[in-house]
Amino acid sequence: MMINTFKDLLDEMSSASCDKIYEFIENTEADFLEIKKDDFRLRVKKILDTMKNSVKAGLNSSAPSKSGLCGENTDILKKSFGFSEIEGNGIVSTSSGLGLLSPFQKRVALYTMSVIEENARMGKIAACPTAGSSGIVAGVLTALGDELNLSDEILINALITAGAVGEIISKKMALAGAVGGCQAECGAASSMAAAACTYILGGNNEQILNAASLALKNILGLTCDPVAGLVEVPCVKRNVFMAIHALVASELSMAGVVSKIPIDEVVDAMKETGDLMAGSLKESSEAGLARTKTALGIENILRQKM
Amino acid sequence: MNKNKTLLDIIGPVMIGPSSSHTAGACRIGFMAGKIFADKICDIEFTLFNSFAKTGFGHGTQLALLAGVMGSLPDDTGIKTAFETAKAKGINFNFNYKNDTSKHPNSVIIKMSGVSGSDTLGNTVEVEGISHGAGEISISKINGYKFDLRGDYVTLVLIYKDAPGVVYHVANLIQNQNVNIASMHCDRNAKGRVASMGIALDNNVSDYTLQKLSEIKDMYFIRKLEKIDE
Repeated sequence: MMINTFKDLLDEMSSASCDKIYEFIENTEADFLEIKKDDFRLRVKKILDTMKNSVKAGLNSSAPSKSGLCGENTDILKKSFGFSEIEGNGIVSTSSGLGLLSPFQKRVALYTMSVIEENARMGKIAACPTAGSSGIVAGVLTALGDELNLSDEILINALITAGAVGEIISKKMALAGAVGGCQAECGAASSMAAAACTYILGGNNEQILNAASLALKNILGLTCDPVAGLVEVPCVKRNVFMAIHALVASELSMAGVVSKIPIDEVVDAMKETGDLMAGSLKESSEAGLARTKTALGIENILRQKM
Repeated sequence: MNKNKTLLDIIGPVMIGPSSSHTAGACRIGFMAGKIFADKICDIEFTLFNSFAKTGFGHGTQLALLAGVMGSLPDDTGIKTAFETAKAKGINFNFNYKNDTSKHPNSVIIKMSGVSGSDTLGNTVEVEGISHGAGEISISKINGYKFDLRGDYVTLVLIYKDAPGVVYHVANLIQNQNVNIASMHCDRNAKGRVASMGIALDNNVSDYTLQKLSEIKDMYFIRKLEKIDE
């Protein structure tokens, strides 16, 4: 059986009388890998544990990345948002502030920043779906886990749901900036995170895929133009924006807002957009932000460091 | 794309950042090069091309390549301290940087030298690798002979004197073990009479088969590379 589209997924689930995406996928993946379902879940848990550890490591570091272009932002957010470790309660926020972002959103922003800065300083991360977009699913999931005190079992279900979305998108286009621009990395990650978040909020399959669709639809055209070719500018901050973007998609979907374009067609549109995107805007640093005056200055300084 | 991709490759893999092509991919290329050399290494010379050369520093590409040659996989936290580890082991290493548009944007040549020598290839082995993106890599040349080794199957690497019947002989020995050949890539050096063969296998072959393969007349070099599994 081959699942190439989200329609295939729902059709196959209905003929197997399975109503949870994660349940269906963990069975098919375990069959494909010729391992037991529990062993498959253990492998997912290893990835979840890496995500949790990368949040922790990032929260406790303000070391600069090798290039020196980032590394300070997690600490800035932690202080400004008033997050601190409280014995027995984990990380909690005491921030008042204007409240444009809710305390939960601040937690998502902080955790996402933490992972993606840890990535930039050569820490251990889960490339979900890529290293350059590793903060998004990890940040959303771990923040939900801490905020709602969720069990690993629920988080594993959510991570499998996110993975199913990413895997089906990847059937149509490779999840790599060099192939589809940033839409195929941070965009796909945001779509995956929206699906995971909606599963946790108790959304049904239509709501889960609708959230994925809403998130993906609204990042189409996102280019990959990293300064000096590094996974730092704009990637680090973009991870944070895309994590919050996932929350918006999930909330809209749970409220009943429906994407007029179904997810399979959004993926087709993303592939077409990626194909039409100039090569200079797909991870080659030949245009866009990478060719701004400031970016060229940074590149020059880094070249001298070699 | 790798046909064996699963959901675990989408939500992972677990790796040392920051880049799947320039860090994890570089580490895998180094790892395979080290397995091909398969002997105590004294000197390593890396030549990084194009994007590897230009952006390698910020991506830790040099650290990842060196750690890989010494046996690290992409999730090894030891990648960060590869230079210190190599020094402690008495391994000399240096890096050259070149721009060459005839090469893939992310490519590297790894020249490894040892004491005792690696089979009849002499005591220096030169491996060329490419990082294709999303962590996928290939070894494209060994001492100038063309290969396409991806690390996703158990793979046999053979360099031998070109003669009629060698392919048959090799396939026969593998068939005798009831092992299926997933893909086979043969090439002959334009100048000489030496040929190379890379064979991806669905299952492992025994040491007995390796022994038999090495007994084929004028078999200069043989390696079995395990599947890269993290």
